[in-house]
Amino acid sequence: MDTFINISSSVFLLTGSFLCISGGVGILRFPDFYTRMHAVGVTETLATAMILIGLMLHNPDFFVDIKLMIILIMSLFISPTASHALASAAMRNDFSQKNNEKPDSEQVKPWNP
Amino acid sequence: MESLIDIVLLAFLVGIAFAIVWMKDLLAVIMLLGIYGLLSASFFVAMDAVDVAFTEASVGAGISTLLMLVTIAMTGRSEHPVRHKPFLALAVVIITGSLLIYGTLDMPYFGSAQAPVHQHVAPRYINDSIEEVGVPNIVTSVLASYRAFDTFGEVVVIFTAGMGVLALLSVVRRPKNTTGDKARDIAKIDLINDSMHEQHLVLRIVTKMLIPFIFLYAFYVQFHGDYGPGGGFQAGVIFASAIFLYAMLFGMSTARRVINQSFIQLLAAIGVLLYGSVGVVSLLNGKNFFDYSALSVDPIAGQHLGILLIELGVGCTVASVMVIIFFSFADRKDNGQNLESNGIENNLKENNKK
Amino acid sequence: MLIAATLAILIVMVMAITRGIMGPTLYDRILAVNMFGTKTVLLISLLGFVMGRPEFLDIAIVYALINFISVIGVLRYSDSSIFKHSNQQKK
Repeated sequence: MDTFINISSSVFLLTGSFLCISGGVGILRFPDFYTRMHAVGVTETLATAMILIGLMLHNPDFFVDIKLMIILIMSLFISPTASHALASAAMRNDFSQKNNEKPDSEQVKPWNP
Repeated sequence: MESLIDIVLLAFLVGIAFAIVWMKDLLAVIMLLGIYGLLSASFFVAMDAVDVAFTEASVGAGISTLLMLVTIAMTGRSEHPVRHKPFLALAVVIITGSLLIYGTLDMPYFGSAQAPVHQHVAPRYINDSIEEVGVPNIVTSVLASYRAFDTFGEVVVIFTAGMGVLALLSVVRRPKNTTGDKARDIAKIDLINDSMHEQHLVLRIVTKMLIPFIFLYAFYVQFHGDYGPGGGFQAGVIFASAIFLYAMLFGMSTARRVINQSFIQLLAAIGVLLYGSVGVVSLLNGKNFFDYSALSVDPIAGQHLGILLIELGVGCTVASVMVIIFFSFADRKDNGQNLESNGIENNLKENNKK
Repeated sequence: MLIAATLAILIVMVMAITRGIMGPTLYDRILAVNMFGTKTVLLISLLGFVMGRPEFLDIAIVYALINFISVIGVLRYSDSSIFKHSNQQKK
C-alpha cells in the first residue's frame, strides 16, 4: 500500500512539474499576448492541482492535508479568475493583435508638464 | 540542495534589481517590485525565518504594491527624463557602498557560533522563554514580551504615519451645493469611476466568496501567532488587504458606505491605547512596564493574556492605519480624476502656458 | 521527487522572470507576475516538505491571496483614466 501511495505521489508530482515547464516554455516562446495567456492559464491550474495532490499523498498528517486542501481550493478559484480578468481587461482596452508587438515604452508618452 | 536554492533565489534578486534600475516604465517597475517581494519572502522561508517571510509576503508583495499603484495612478506612469549629470551621485554611492562592504569584513561569518548576537541574550530567549513566557513560538515571545517596548515604538510609528498621511492628504469632501443637472452629472462621473464591478461579473462573484475567507484567515493569523508564524502585524495587513480588494472592485463610494471613516480613525487610536494601557496596568500592579506577569496571579497566564491583548492592539492599529492610508490616497486620486474630467481644458491650457 | 519538482519550479520561475523583464507589453508583465506568484506558492509548499517543516503552509495561503489581490489592483489601476489620458496625449 505504501509503495503504491509513494509511486502515485511521484507520478502526480512529475506530471505537475512537466505541466509547469510546458507552461513556462509557452510563456517564453509563443508569439503574442493571447497565446501566451492561453499557455499559462491552461497549464497553471492543472499543474498546481497535480503538485498539491502529490504533496497531499506524500504527507500523512491530517492538519497539513487540510491546509493543502485550502490552498488547492483557493488556487482553483483564483487562477482562472485572474486569467479571465486579465484577458477581459486586455480586450476592453483595445489591445488587439496589431498593436501587440509595440513595446510599451512606445505606447506611453513620457510625462512632461 | 538548500544552498543551491539559496544561490538561485539570490541570483534572481540581483537580476530583478538590475532590471528595476534599468526600466523607465514605472508600472512595470512596480510589478517587478512585486516579484522582488515574493522572491525575498521565499528566500526568508529557505533561511528558516518564517515570521519575517510572513511579514514580507503580506507587506512587501501585497500592500506596498497596491499603495505604489495608487500613487502611480496619481502621478503618471513614466519617469522624468534625467537632465543632470549622474557622476557625483554615482561617486557617492560607490564610495558609501565600498565602505559598507569594507565594514562587513569585520563581521563574524554567517551562522558562526561566536557571533555576538548568539552570545548575548539569544541563549536566554531560546532556553528560558518556554518557562518564562510559555509561548511555543519564540519569535512571538521575543517580539511581544521581552522586547515589548520596541514593538510599542513600532506601533506608535505606524500610528504616526497614518496620522501624517491623514493630515497631508485628507481631502475636503466635494462641495455639495451644486444643484440639479450638475449634481447629477457629478454623481454620474462618480459612478463611472467606480463602475469596474459592472464590467466584471466573474470577479465580483469570486471576490464576494473570497472576502469572508480572507477575514477569517486574518483572525486565524492573529490568534495563532503564539503557536506558529503570524501575529498582529501580519493579521492587520491581511485584514486591510481584504478591505482594499472590496474597495477596488466595488468602488470607493460603496466602500465608504460600508466602512465608517471616523470609526476607523478611532480604532487606530484604540489599538495604541490598548497596547499602552497594558503596560500601565502592569506598572500599577508593581512590576516593570510591560511585565505581563503582573496581570494575573499565575505569571504564565498573565503573559498569555498580555500577549493576546497587545497583539490585538497591534492588529487594530495596523489594519486601520493601512485602510486610512489607502482611502486617503484613493480619494485624492478620484478627486484628481474628477477635476480632470470637469476641467480638462483648463489643465491643458495651464500646461501650454508652462 | 520533491527535489525534482522544486528544480522544475525554479526553472519555470526563471522563464517567468525573463518574460516579466522582456515585456514587451504591460499585460505580458502582469501575466508573468501572476504566474510567478502561483509558482511561488508551489515553491513554498515544496520547500516546507523538502526541509521537513510543513507548517510553512500558512505562508503559501497568504501568497495565494496576496497574489490575487495585487493582480486585481494592477488591472484596476491600469484601467484608470489617467493612463488612458497619457496614451491619448501621445496620439
